[in-house]
Amino acid sequence: MTAASPSPRVPAEAGKERSMSLQKQMIAGHYSALSRAPQEGRKVVYTFVPGNLTELLRSFDLLPVLPEINALQSGMRKLSGDYIAEAEKHGHSEDVCTYVKCDIGMLKKGNIGPTGERLPPPDLLLLSYTGCFTFMKWFELLRQEYDCPVAMLHVPYQSEGRILPHHVEYIVQQLRTEVIPKLEAVSGRRYDEDRLREMLRLSAQAEDDLVWVLESAKHVPSPIDAYFGGVYYIGPMFTAFRGTAEGVAYYRVLREEVEARLRAGLGPLTPEGSQGKERYRLVMEGPPNWTSFREFWKMFYDEGAVVVASSYTKVGGLYDGGFRHDPKRPLETLAEYCMGCYTNLGLPTRVALLERYIREYRADGFMINSIKSCNSFSVGQLLMLRQLEQSTGVPGGFIESDLVDPRYFSAANIKNRIESYLQMLEQKRIGVNA
Amino acid sequence: MNALRTYVGIDLGSTTTKAIVLDDAGEVIGRGITNSRSNYDVACQVVREEAMVRTRFTLTRQAITGDPALAQVEKAFLSSLQRNFRFRQHLDQLARLREALFRAAGDPRHSAHRRELGTALESIVDGMVERAGLHFSELAVRKSDFFRDLATADYMQLAEQRSDPRGITFDMLCGLFDAAILVVENATTQGSFETQLRGALEPTLASASLAVQEKASRLREVVETTCDAQIVEAGTVGTGYGRQRLPFPKEQIRSEILCHGLGAHAMFPASRTVLDIGGQDTKAIQVDGDGLVVSFQMNDRCAAGCGRYLGYIADEMNLGLHELGPLAQQSTSRVKINSTCTVFAGAELRERLSLGQRREDIVAGLHRAIILRAMSLLARSGGVRDEFTFTGGVARNPAAVDALRQLVQENYGERTLNISADSIYTGALGAALFARRAAQTNA
Repeated sequence: MTAASPSPRVPAEAGKERSMSLQKQMIAGHYSALSRAPQEGRKVVYTFVPGNLTELLRSFDLLPVLPEINALQSGMRKLSGDYIAEAEKHGHSEDVCTYVKCDIGMLKKGNIGPTGERLPPPDLLLLSYTGCFTFMKWFELLRQEYDCPVAMLHVPYQSEGRILPHHVEYIVQQLRTEVIPKLEAVSGRRYDEDRLREMLRLSAQAEDDLVWVLESAKHVPSPIDAYFGGVYYIGPMFTAFRGTAEGVAYYRVLREEVEARLRAGLGPLTPEGSQGKERYRLVMEGPPNWTSFREFWKMFYDEGAVVVASSYTKVGGLYDGGFRHDPKRPLETLAEYCMGCYTNLGLPTRVALLERYIREYRADGFMINSIKSCNSFSVGQLLMLRQLEQSTGVPGGFIESDLVDPRYFSAANIKNRIESYLQMLEQKRIGVNA
Repeated sequence: MNALRTYVGIDLGSTTTKAIVLDDAGEVIGRGITNSRSNYDVACQVVREEAMVRTRFTLTRQAITGDPALAQVEKAFLSSLQRNFRFRQHLDQLARLREALFRAAGDPRHSAHRRELGTALESIVDGMVERAGLHFSELAVRKSDFFRDLATADYMQLAEQRSDPRGITFDMLCGLFDAAILVVENATTQGSFETQLRGALEPTLASASLAVQEKASRLREVVETTCDAQIVEAGTVGTGYGRQRLPFPKEQIRSEILCHGLGAHAMFPASRTVLDIGGQDTKAIQVDGDGLVVSFQMNDRCAAGCGRYLGYIADEMNLGLHELGPLAQQSTSRVKINSTCTVFAGAELRERLSLGQRREDIVAGLHRAIILRAMSLLARSGGVRDEFTFTGGVARNPAAVDALRQLVQENYGERTLNISADSIYTGALGAALFARRAAQTNA
């Protein structure tokens, strides 16, 4: 057997799985609710994915809009190139985070969301994560456009590799004195802690199922792809559905499907059906490329490579150390969630996490997709690569692309890199005499 | 005679395509190189045929050296036979060129000048045939072994003499040549080896020394045997930038990273770090004691600082690529250049020249700039370990090598730097070794 033979693929069974259509409905429903919000008098808050405060917003009946999600959806739907060009026309530089430019461009072109419906303007900009400096600049630009109030939550960086009690106090204090009063003002409702607790309880329930799904990849062979498939699995959790019954139902269905795949001995579901023989188990660091998402994915599943764990699926929040939203400590738990998201971790903590993934998920290799315009991820990645190689003895691969700028995805080069890397793993496995 | 089992590696690069033929013991017994072209299948076939021709020469040499009666005449006879063979091949290609030129001249847009054009082409190709002998004489120093290069130089010179601004213009003649040379290059020579070698044999013997002539009948026998020898391709592996287009099944295709690693190890077994600077990519590869790749880095989003950069500079300066390095070596005060963008390089060059800086100093700066970029990839891949092997087209550039040597010394200390005269074949060699390994494992 040689490295390059294509893995046989089982034909797509029974079309899409139920969780997929469920998620599609949920997302469509959310965008539709957003488009109706101005007529129905509902208030809208723009906020970010990392460590987001969805339950808190929902407890005020506020609807969240997540600009990164709009950008990546636009990327997948081949709209981002035009939006980015539009933003550049308005003076935004070529090297800036392409999520920002995609969002600004979309705004300048009428703020039509990815599903074709108009997005409402924000009633509040909630900058809930300051770990990404670009976020601050992004909302500064949006404030100029919309002239609406801004609530800023300063999130301390986990420089010591753990959350300290005074960090939690600091965030809780900001929630009480800055964020909650502004949410009250915008929504016209009082802060209702009991309602929040109930939502947090639902979150924890869905979180248990999500974690079960992600950890199913510890099985050899894995029933899921925890990166290309994983980005779908985290969709409801990291966007608007934490703390909702819909979210709980979605994760229950998803878990049942994965349980069934596991029982049936099926590999991950790809756009071309169930993936065949698992040849390589990989850990992935960094966000995926969205403009050529399927092409990128195919480069892996065609070679029998399955991603068994990824850091990107922890970008909204990290559950690996056992974190679940805790209804007993509502504001404290939100504070811990904010600080625990992946990009808020220091480099040694990130390295330790990836190292744990490589070992626990029995990975043959790890790969970094480095996005130059995303400093939150890319700074230090080569250092991480070297440290991981040293500590695990597992070779790392390094590729470069972009989030939503289609110009920065060089398919031939990336494919070359991935194939070379996988062949290197194969060669390492069979050794010199085979 | 038993069939000879061979293993072939083909490296389809962006500039040239290379082939290596190995025997069962893993010895290189043939190789070939040709310009890569838009038609990869043809490049692949041409290079494979050339490598097989060389293989038969190797067989001939082995048969002669293995025969005590012939051993003394080996060198004189073989080099003369090879020259005669190449000469015949060249004449054969000129005949095809003539045919292709006339076909191109038959285009209706040339109907007004058909007669004069015919006369001009006849005399140009006749002139090329006359010169052909010079290219393959015993003392000839050929600048290139590619038919295209030799033919272009001769044709252009003769066409310039024959052209007339009011009649058959130089441009017209150039246009015909451009069309015809492609036809010749894309034709393969399958089956003609035996004819040409047999054809080369008699003139070789006729002009040979008495010592050789005395052995004529035995030499004839040897050549006949070689011509008839059955050569079996027991395994083939393709690699290189165009590998997706190679006409092989997928399992016979290997990444050039792995092939370069293994090829470098075969050339220099102590290699631990390999740097390859090719036409459009730069690779920094770390290998273990068995030539297995343990990590690698390549330029990803941008091809700045690759071999093409130097090619572009050479074009801008109206120099041959091989002249660039020696020019840079004359520098006494290197200019500092930061940009390695190939497209910007031309502007940078003109700007510097307009500031009155010397050509050699600028070119020295450009060489250092591309090596600095390679140093960054090397650092990413894990640094420069001992021994350090440099491959790819740029390894033939002495100024690039000087810059590399200096920067490695400054950053990593003393390292043994290996550069093989055959470094251009590194990838093909690795591919052939993979082919041999796979065939022997399956056997």
